[in-house]
Amino acid sequence: MTDHLTVFKLKQDIAAGRVKSRDITQAILDRISRYDSAIGAYLSVFADKALEQAKAVDDKIAAGQPVGPLAGVPIAIKDNLCYTEGLTTCGSKILGNFKPPYNAHVVEKLLAADAVILGKTNLDEFAMGSSTENSGLQKTVNPWDKTRVPGGSSGGSAAAVAAGLCCAALGSDTGGSIRQPASFCGIVGLKPTYGRVSRYGLVAYGSSLDQIGPMTTCVKDAAILLQVLAGHDERDSTSVNTETAAVPDYLNALEQAVTGLKIAYVPQFIEQAEAPVRDAVKAALELYKSLGASLVEVRMPHFDYSIAAYYVIATAEASSNLARFDGCHYGYRSPSARDYVEVYSKSRAEGFGAEVKRRIMLGTFALSSGYYDAYYLKALKVRNLIRKDFTEAFAKADCLMMPVAPSTAFKIGEKTSDPLQMYLADIYTIAVNLAGVPGISIPCGFDSNRLPVGLQIIGPTFSEDKLLRIAAMFESKTDYHLQKPAL
Amino acid sequence: MAAKVDYKVIVGLEIHVHLAAKTKMFCGCELAYGGTPNSRTCPVCIGMPGSLPVMNKHAYECAVLTAMALNCSIARFTKWDRKSYYYPDLPKNYQISQYDLPLSENGFIEIPLEDGSIKRVGIIRAHLEEDAGKNNHELGSFSAIDLNRAGAPLLEIVTAPDMNHPAEVRQMAQELQRIVRYLGVSEGDMQKGHMRFEPNVNLHIYKDGQTYKTPICEIKNLNSFRAIERSVAYEIQRQLEEFLETGKTMQMGNKRTYGWDDVNQMTVLQREKEEAHDYRYFPEPDLVPVEMDDVWFEQIRSRLGELPLQKQKRFVTDYGLSDYDAAVVTGDKATADYFDAVVKAGAEPKRACNLITQIGQKLANQSNTSVDQLDISPQNLAKLAQMADKGLISATAAASIYAKMPGTDTNPEDIAKAENLIQTSDTGAIEALVNEVLAENAEAVQDIITNSKKAQKAQGFLTGQVIKKSKGKANPKVVTELLAKRLSELAPKE
Ligand SMILES: [Zn+2]
Repeated sequence: MTDHLTVFKLKQDIAAGRVKSRDITQAILDRISRYDSAIGAYLSVFADKALEQAKAVDDKIAAGQPVGPLAGVPIAIKDNLCYTEGLTTCGSKILGNFKPPYNAHVVEKLLAADAVILGKTNLDEFAMGSSTENSGLQKTVNPWDKTRVPGGSSGGSAAAVAAGLCCAALGSDTGGSIRQPASFCGIVGLKPTYGRVSRYGLVAYGSSLDQIGPMTTCVKDAAILLQVLAGHDERDSTSVNTETAAVPDYLNALEQAVTGLKIAYVPQFIEQAEAPVRDAVKAALELYKSLGASLVEVRMPHFDYSIAAYYVIATAEASSNLARFDGCHYGYRSPSARDYVEVYSKSRAEGFGAEVKRRIMLGTFALSSGYYDAYYLKALKVRNLIRKDFTEAFAKADCLMMPVAPSTAFKIGEKTSDPLQMYLADIYTIAVNLAGVPGISIPCGFDSNRLPVGLQIIGPTFSEDKLLRIAAMFESKTDYHLQKPAL
Repeated sequence: MAAKVDYKVIVGLEIHVHLAAKTKMFCGCELAYGGTPNSRTCPVCIGMPGSLPVMNKHAYECAVLTAMALNCSIARFTKWDRKSYYYPDLPKNYQISQYDLPLSENGFIEIPLEDGSIKRVGIIRAHLEEDAGKNNHELGSFSAIDLNRAGAPLLEIVTAPDMNHPAEVRQMAQELQRIVRYLGVSEGDMQKGHMRFEPNVNLHIYKDGQTYKTPICEIKNLNSFRAIERSVAYEIQRQLEEFLETGKTMQMGNKRTYGWDDVNQMTVLQREKEEAHDYRYFPEPDLVPVEMDDVWFEQIRSRLGELPLQKQKRFVTDYGLSDYDAAVVTGDKATADYFDAVVKAGAEPKRACNLITQIGQKLANQSNTSVDQLDISPQNLAKLAQMADKGLISATAAASIYAKMPGTDTNPEDIAKAENLIQTSDTGAIEALVNEVLAENAEAVQDIITNSKKAQKAQGFLTGQVIKKSKGKANPKVVTELLAKRLSELAPKE
């Protein structure tokens, strides 16, 4: 029953009464009990609540009432999205007991679409990391090889989708946190255009970069989920007004190939990747060529500066966003604090993990008087140049293709001692967030260890519909997305 | 007492005005004074993770309107910045404010001084920010935080150091209060903290051919106009004495903060050194910049209306009011507008002003309302003024008719008739009374004719007697005239 689970098929089966949401929800909950102790994808599972939601959908269908576009579909959400059920920890001790009094906009959207919310998935603390090893609460492994990382920061969501512990999941992407774990776990991950999905209720890491998106087993599912998530929300000023950018029908014409497709690529980016990644991406480009696409060689002269710019902008924003976790109003408070200054210093010293503290310090430094111009302001200028690189590339082609990550999933512990090496794992994904454009990661092969490789397709702002169509072209000719890890 | 030296007082003001919007600056919580602690809060103003600010457009417009009234240039593109500092009443540990692109800059305010002259004080900038909450340390072993005020829209106005006298500082504050009340952007109640004034005071002392600048002191905790004036006056004296004793002058970082002790009428040192704060300002990524097009700009400007000082000046030039009367009648907008309407309905301005500010104000106070809310149409009040002007009624009668007018919509003339308050100007009748009085007071008549020293007093006495005989209805002007005429007839011819 849980084999080759897709949102598209399941919602049809449930709506038609062929499958009961309660049964499939129970089946997935059983899989979670059976496999998740070894994988560690979930931080919390809301079995009773999920079954209750599933039953409500079944009852509606039995009564012939209309149901939402995700009726009865069991979905997992990253634990930095506020949900009134259970806790919202962000993988941090400092929020280890935090129960939000409200739902994130995307959670409201899922509930309104009649989805079943299974639980909250693990992440690098406050979404800061590329391997989920920075979680302050739990370890998550890659379902394809349990000695390897699932990627990050949405590693829990990626592992859950890959292992069939949910039908689809939500992640958040600040510098590659949806696309890179999707690539490591052999699933589809879409980071929408900045502003396409409301951030209300997403615990902020880098506010000008954060974006919520779907993580699914196939392109069509990503389209279905994006349809539910996208749109203006007046509670998020940075969410784009639908008058400026209407939300298209993502499913419509999804299976229609893009005719005269022009694909931009930077040869050097592909060559720089490790051999299995390089070969898989090259093969993918060849496949597109065979489907009638033409390849356009482009230059992205400022791409190399993206990691430096990102680690200034993201950490600067993070240092301010995380200032509120002070032990005063909610969350962890050090029991040994004797006055309010100690409430701050001790609660934060004990509550945050090493990587979070490193980034808070980096960001605080970058914003300090005397350094602001040299770091923050310069990073903003670089950001503009990177935007320009993309604009110029998109003037010549419909999309840009490159690897998602330089390698396949690396070993647990392999990069934890060298933060800079870890930061370099994001080389292909970070520029996309800086430019605010959408990017999708789709499975495009395996290395010799049977670890998945991802292909990244990047498009101009608000071109998600086209990106999904381009991705679907590849998916329809390949079966990488159909392969599952042996648990 | 210190030796006499020449010095100049330099005062600038940092002002915070609470804007009277319905909701907070970046969330939908109701804005109101007081209330159960933390009853007016939500995830946004508590700073819950994942919550996001949304700009209150109305509050922004109130701020722009105020800046326009202060003759500032209005930024057509402005943005928000985060100002970082840790304090328990600041739930996000940063305040959303405006740093390098404030919504307005470079204005001025004109202040009417008591001698009738106008003082111009420069406005360096005015920007919007959110207020913090309140800490309560009076509960014993723990402190409590009330976030009802957190996120309230606050307009910060920084003036140039253009004030040179304690009274000027007070008058500047009063004029600003008058302006924000005219615009309806703030209740401007200092006691309730709607307006906070923090004077920055120092002296330029001229001694031995040199100029010495004393260290700047900022004064906080001022909750009345009187406190503003007195604290500045106190601080001037204190700085003068300190300089003469220690010779201390202004240096980087020796700005001090004093609090005003209202009980002992003195300033008290709060902070010795200006802390070297690094607020780590950077653009607020959760809010989009504010862009103001011509349409929006004009929409706001059209709400500006006539400002209090303009009105005051117009009442002097067009209506011939004295500076004093014009200032009194323009104290609040409703009274000024009502007065204006009464004059436009045909009343003589000085008469209308007196009626409104003397009698009307008293009536309004008695029924706890304002002059314009007494339910007397400007037309009816204008009629009353005209009657008084023409001598149809006495001043006392005018007051008692005014008191009977509220809510009746009756012509004051009808009231006067019904109450038998119409003065008579019938010369025949009055002449008869004059003759009677002259006959009855031969001694006084004699005084007038023979003793010039006693003449005036005696004449007043006779006038009074005639009015008394008429039971108060004889027009005093006519009586005086007739009496003078008869007396001149009685005087011996040369
Ligand atoms: Zn609120």
